[in-house]
Amino acid sequence: METLFFLIISLVAIVSAILVVTCRNPINSALSLILTFFCLATYYVMLDAPFMAAVQVMVYAGAIMVLIVFTIMLLNIRVNASKSQSHKIVLGTIIGFFTLINTAVIVFKGRVAIPSGPLTGEIIKQQGHTELIGREMFTTFLLPFEITSILLLVAIIGAVILAKKKI
Amino acid sequence: MENLNGYLIISAILFSIGTIGVLTRKNAIVIFMCVEMMLNAVNLTFVALSRHLGNLDGQVFVFFVMTVAAAEAAVGLALMIAFYNNKESIDVDDVNLMKW
Repeated sequence: METLFFLIISLVAIVSAILVVTCRNPINSALSLILTFFCLATYYVMLDAPFMAAVQVMVYAGAIMVLIVFTIMLLNIRVNASKSQSHKIVLGTIIGFFTLINTAVIVFKGRVAIPSGPLTGEIIKQQGHTELIGREMFTTFLLPFEITSILLLVAIIGAVILAKKKI
Repeated sequence: MENLNGYLIISAILFSIGTIGVLTRKNAIVIFMCVEMMLNAVNLTFVALSRHLGNLDGQVFVFFVMTVAAAEAAVGLALMIAFYNNKESIDVDDVNLMKW
C-alpha cells in the first residue's frame, strides 16, 4: 500500500517537475512547482517528519511561491509566441542526463559510512517530531541558528534597497 | 522506511530536471524556480538519509536550506525587478550590459 502511494506521488512529482521546465508561460511553471512542493511535503510525512512537511507547505508553497507569483504578475511579462523561450536544449539535456546517471551510480554503488543514530520511528512518535527538532536546533545548532537571523536581516535590507526605483 | 533508494532516485530525478531547466530556459524567473526545485531535491535527500540514519542533524540542515532559499527569493526577485525596470525584459540573453 505504501509502495503504491509512493509510486503515485512520485509520478505526480516528476510530471509536475517536467511541466515546470516545459511550460511557456511562467505562471503555469509556478503552479506546477507548487504541486511539486506539495508532493515533497507528502514525502516528508511518509518519512516521519511532519514538522518538515508543515514548514515545506508554509514556507515554500506559501511564502516563496507567493513571492514568485507576485513578481510574475508585477512584471506582467508577455509571452512572445514567435520568440524562442529556450536555448541550447540538446546540450542542456545531455548534461542533465549525465547528472542523473552520476547521482544514480552514487546511489546504487555507495553505502552509508557513518554509524546509525538512536532515533527510530517509535521515539519520534513518542516525543514528537517538533520537540526533537527544536531541542536539536537550540542546543547543538544554536550558533548557526543565530547566524540565520543575521542572514534574514541582510536579505530584508537588500530586497528593500534593490527594489527601489532609483538605486 | 524500507525504500531509501526510491527517495534518493526521486531526488536525483528532480535535481536533474532542475539542472536541465537552468541550462535551457531563458526566462530568469523560470530559471529561479528551477533552482528552487534543485534545492528541494537536496532537501529530500537530507530528510530521507536523516530518517534512515536515525539522526536529526539532516533535518536541521533542511531548515537552514529553507532559510537560505527564502533570503535568495527575496533578494533575487528584487534584482529581477530592478533589471526589468532598466531593460523591459527578464530574458537572461538581455543581461549584457557588461559585455564588451
